[in-house]
Amino acid sequence: MFFRTAWLVLRKDVAIEAKSWEVLTTTLFFAVSCVLIFAFAFVKEGRPVEDAAAGILWIAIAFSGTLALGRTFERERYGETLRALLLAPAPRPALYVGKLMGMLALLGLAEMLLVPMVALMFQASLFSRPLLLVGLLAGGTIGFCAVGTLFAAMLVRARSRDVLLPILLYPIIIPVIIAGVRGTAALLGAEPDEPTAIMWIGILGAFDVVFVTLALWTFEPLMTE
Amino acid sequence: MSGRVDFDSVQVIDVSRHFGRRRALANISLTAHPGDIVGLLGPNGAGKSTLITMLATLAAPSKGEIRYGGQPASALGPALRTRIGLLAHELHLYPELSARQNLTFFAELYGLDPRALVDEALESAGLADRGDEAVSGFSRGMRQRLALERSLLHGPRLVLFDEPFTGLDDRAVSIVADRLRRLASSGAIVMLATHDLDLADGLVTRVALIRDGRLLSDEPASPGLRARYRAIVGGNAVAGRPDGGGH
Repeated sequence: MFFRTAWLVLRKDVAIEAKSWEVLTTTLFFAVSCVLIFAFAFVKEGRPVEDAAAGILWIAIAFSGTLALGRTFERERYGETLRALLLAPAPRPALYVGKLMGMLALLGLAEMLLVPMVALMFQASLFSRPLLLVGLLAGGTIGFCAVGTLFAAMLVRARSRDVLLPILLYPIIIPVIIAGVRGTAALLGAEPDEPTAIMWIGILGAFDVVFVTLALWTFEPLMTE
Repeated sequence: MSGRVDFDSVQVIDVSRHFGRRRALANISLTAHPGDIVGLLGPNGAGKSTLITMLATLAAPSKGEIRYGGQPASALGPALRTRIGLLAHELHLYPELSARQNLTFFAELYGLDPRALVDEALESAGLADRGDEAVSGFSRGMRQRLALERSLLHGPRLVLFDEPFTGLDDRAVSIVADRLRRLASSGAIVMLATHDLDLADGLVTRVALIRDGRLLSDEPASPGLRARYRAIVGGNAVAGRPDGGGH
């Protein structure tokens, strides 16, 4: 029942997105705009500022992810459908997992656009160790979405949710972003520093385990008014 | 789903609910049985919606408890929710999806086979020929009928309605009211929160009058509901269609 419910929620979110394309297009547009603005600021006469690419990649992921979180849960606010989901006879953390998977898929798509764009504009050798890069992106994205999904669900009925979400989210996910930036930066040198990147992947994995466990544990009490 | 749950009564026992320092409900006690249509009547802000929310297990009482067939919600687990249906002013529908997709999603969420069930529900809502259209294109009445069927898909024992008539025309109101009567006669416990006395009169079998979070009266319905309401709750609080709105 748990995974079936999570799957149903994910499938429903995909079906809605396939009709409107609203969240995907706004997220991608925002992510691309973010990178473009940084490119105008940090690339002078075709030469990018050294080591800026990793930070810009993760800032674009965090900002566009925050936008996507807000928009995704705005849908559940309209018509109070989140309450209908909470009324279902499934374990309530399954709803969280379903929404989390949707967010991961969405940010995964954004990253498929962002990574080549950052690599191109900042002449960054992001693809020198593709598996390590995927590990860093996956670890960072899971950590970001695990906390973000919980907070966005909590704030669905709050009046100032758009302001509160980043205020609550960023202080907690800063360690994830730092780990992502440092790990990615380790891959960008002339000689990629694999041990350092692997260490940061391990740290991200530990963050993910803690964040997902805490979110699954607290989702039901936080969502019961 | 963890087993089949059923119950033959709902007991609200000395329930209070606070939001910070604000008291929404204070020491409410009432019991409902199959066949009852309990009208929770009172002015805006009386605490009707809070009580409905707690009966639906979406909120926990600050004090007291709610028992379903003698057992608290915590003892029955998520399976209890297979026997609770809620129709609120907000319709719990996804406007981007079609009527059929909405019903299919919720049927599957309740672990039901949607094939025959969804067609039956669309027929019941009078939307059989518009099932594949997006809900965003429906009128308020059509959405309300669809939401009603959505809330009843799983055959709930306890049916909770929170201002279900807001924004409906006379025909839609009479369809919803008929459905309520049929549900009660088939053994459901129906609890209806409204401040629309015209609609409650002649529909509910029991009346619970609430004001400022307190239960002022709980008695069988009888003719002259409006006069009784005025005497107990106060004349200025009486509302009626079409200006009534619960939110």
